[in-house]
Amino acid sequence: MAFLQIAEPGQSDAPHERRLAVGIDLGTTNSLVAAVRSGVAGTLPDEQGCCLLPSVVRYTSQGVIVGDEARAAASKDPHNTIASVKRLIGRGIEDVETLADRLPYEFVDTDSAVPRLRTVAGDVTPVEVSAEILKVLAKRAEATLGGPPTGVVITVPAYFDDAQRQASKDAAKLAGLHVFRLLNEPTAAAVAYGLDRGAEGVHAIYDLGGGTFDISILRLNKGVFEVLATGGDSALGGDDFDRAIAEWVLGQAGIGSEASPCHLRELMGRARVAKEVLSEQESADIEVTLPDGARWAGRIDRDTFNQLVDPLIRRTITACRRALRDAGVRPEDIEDVVMVGGSTRALRVREKVGEFFSTGPLVDIDPDKVVAIGAALQADVLAGNRPGGEMLLLDVIPLSLGIETMGGLVEKIVPRNTTIPVARAQEFTTFKDGQIAMAIHVVQGERELVADNRSLARFELRGIPPMVAGAARIRVTFSVDADGLLHVEAEELSQGVRASVEVKPSYGLTDEEITGMLKTSIEHAGEDMVARVLAEQRVEAARVIEALQAALTADGDELLDDEERQRIEQALVSLQATVETATDADEIRRATEELEKTCEFYVERRMNSNIRNAMAGHKVGEFE
Amino acid sequence: MAITLSDMAAERVRRFLDNRGSGIGVRLGVKTSGCSGMAYVMEFVDQLNEDDVVFDDKGVKVIIDEKSLVCLDGTELDYAREGLNEGFVFNNPNVKDQCGCGESFTV
Repeated sequence: MAFLQIAEPGQSDAPHERRLAVGIDLGTTNSLVAAVRSGVAGTLPDEQGCCLLPSVVRYTSQGVIVGDEARAAASKDPHNTIASVKRLIGRGIEDVETLADRLPYEFVDTDSAVPRLRTVAGDVTPVEVSAEILKVLAKRAEATLGGPPTGVVITVPAYFDDAQRQASKDAAKLAGLHVFRLLNEPTAAAVAYGLDRGAEGVHAIYDLGGGTFDISILRLNKGVFEVLATGGDSALGGDDFDRAIAEWVLGQAGIGSEASPCHLRELMGRARVAKEVLSEQESADIEVTLPDGARWAGRIDRDTFNQLVDPLIRRTITACRRALRDAGVRPEDIEDVVMVGGSTRALRVREKVGEFFSTGPLVDIDPDKVVAIGAALQADVLAGNRPGGEMLLLDVIPLSLGIETMGGLVEKIVPRNTTIPVARAQEFTTFKDGQIAMAIHVVQGERELVADNRSLARFELRGIPPMVAGAARIRVTFSVDADGLLHVEAEELSQGVRASVEVKPSYGLTDEEITGMLKTSIEHAGEDMVARVLAEQRVEAARVIEALQAALTADGDELLDDEERQRIEQALVSLQATVETATDADEIRRATEELEKTCEFYVERRMNSNIRNAMAGHKVGEFE
Repeated sequence: MAITLSDMAAERVRRFLDNRGSGIGVRLGVKTSGCSGMAYVMEFVDQLNEDDVVFDDKGVKVIIDEKSLVCLDGTELDYAREGLNEGFVFNNPNVKDQCGCGESFTV
């Protein structure tokens, strides 16, 4: 039987030609799929009528289970049940090691950069785990819409770096999905509320999920969304609310560290239920099994709950304040605050957020579904189902991108918060005479020295024609596409030789680290400048030494007597020593100037000799 | 000459119109395409055309152009659900044959 949906006037499709497109919110705790049907965007339920798919994957010897059933088994079978895989996707071994203490999984020791988890069904990567979740959602979409979707829009946190974005795309590919594009979660939420069709203004998206908090400041300008700033806390969410309640219960019941992981899991579950009840009622009853088998029952009221979660909510407000400062706007400039994530159902959160922004937050759309709905609307546009309704969404890069220059300094090419897609180019030159290759080291971060920033990629440009130092022109182009993926190209302009690199998933940064990197860059701004000046002075001294040594080899014997040569070489050695030991730029500058002064007569002689050589054999008339 | 709506279909059309926030009714029609001759069309209506015929059933305006009405006369529009799938169904007495999926038909 064919089911028809109502189309917009003049846009009904020919049979069998409807383009199905879905939006997927691949969340840390829950995932959803949504589509536009009969002009209305909604999330697609499973056969039980449930829209939320817990992002939990359980590997068994019989196969893979995703969702509620997997989550239910988490306490029985923690090693084979993978939850919150989003925290691992696109991360390297080093990043995962810092998280590993908090995760019950067994990591396989490998040489590869991608961490692997050991399960009864073999070792799996975070990308594969994510793909399992996507497969279930894709199957659901296919069953509901009556055909496989032609493409999907997957949402990712605005904070995700290149590696994490690429890994999310890889997961979709593995699940057999065609990704139209990745969309930042806050942007999707704003689209769901139709803020893109509204008046121009600055909006805040407050996303408090199960395990993460994100705040994004967006500006709508001429129908285009621009992410002004992002901020947040990757280790703060509704789970922490649960934990606060659970700890309160432990205190009340007098249970100490003897509680087993199973008990704690159960307790966390009860705490979550209590939290949800408290969004509706004044108090909630909690009953748990104690380690000794006895039962404990108690009641938590809203005031106690508020006291428990207030410090957590305060942390989100601090992050909001920082993001606003980054964006250069004041709280009263914010027109709308969109609430995203199940934890924003807590009335205390709405109250505090409303207080801070002095505006009632938008809560009409289910905060669990709002991101998926926005993604579905965007997918519908990208599938071409809505001609004319084009929506261009702009995002920004979270950290500056640049390359390493002589002396371990960073030359920023694309500054932080630049809207993407973007392409920027800058010209560089060679340092040594006859240099035929150049190493390009791509770094990300705000600090002045390479050592303090994050290394993204290295590649070499070879085949530069031999020239005098500083004569070659090498253009380095950074382009960041709409999905936030970076491509760097270096081109030698006279011969056209070029080399390039795509930044591939190696390992990622957490939003905490990004915030940390930003913070240290501000804290260390002063000493960074000093370090920069020092490094520049060192490079300058090295250049002088380099040039002088080349000159001495070329004509030192001819133009200098022994005593003169000795004097110059002494000054040279002294400068070399100063460069190595000096901690002050001025000291190096003085030593460099000293050397230059000592060599003045030599430079003069070289010049005269060069002119003589050039004129030798010519008549004066030729130079007129 | 008449087109009718089942209770379920009327309620759904009303709801979709409410969600959309504008539009005077729903247009039913046929166009020549698809694998079996003709295909149904369902669209929201913002503006009436000259050759439109308007039916009012259960408080919902059904708009059909005269040409389509020939093929659709006597149709009852229903709304059905089958597993995960749901949508509008045309119970059209004029249909002689339809393609396997029922999206297109011949009269």
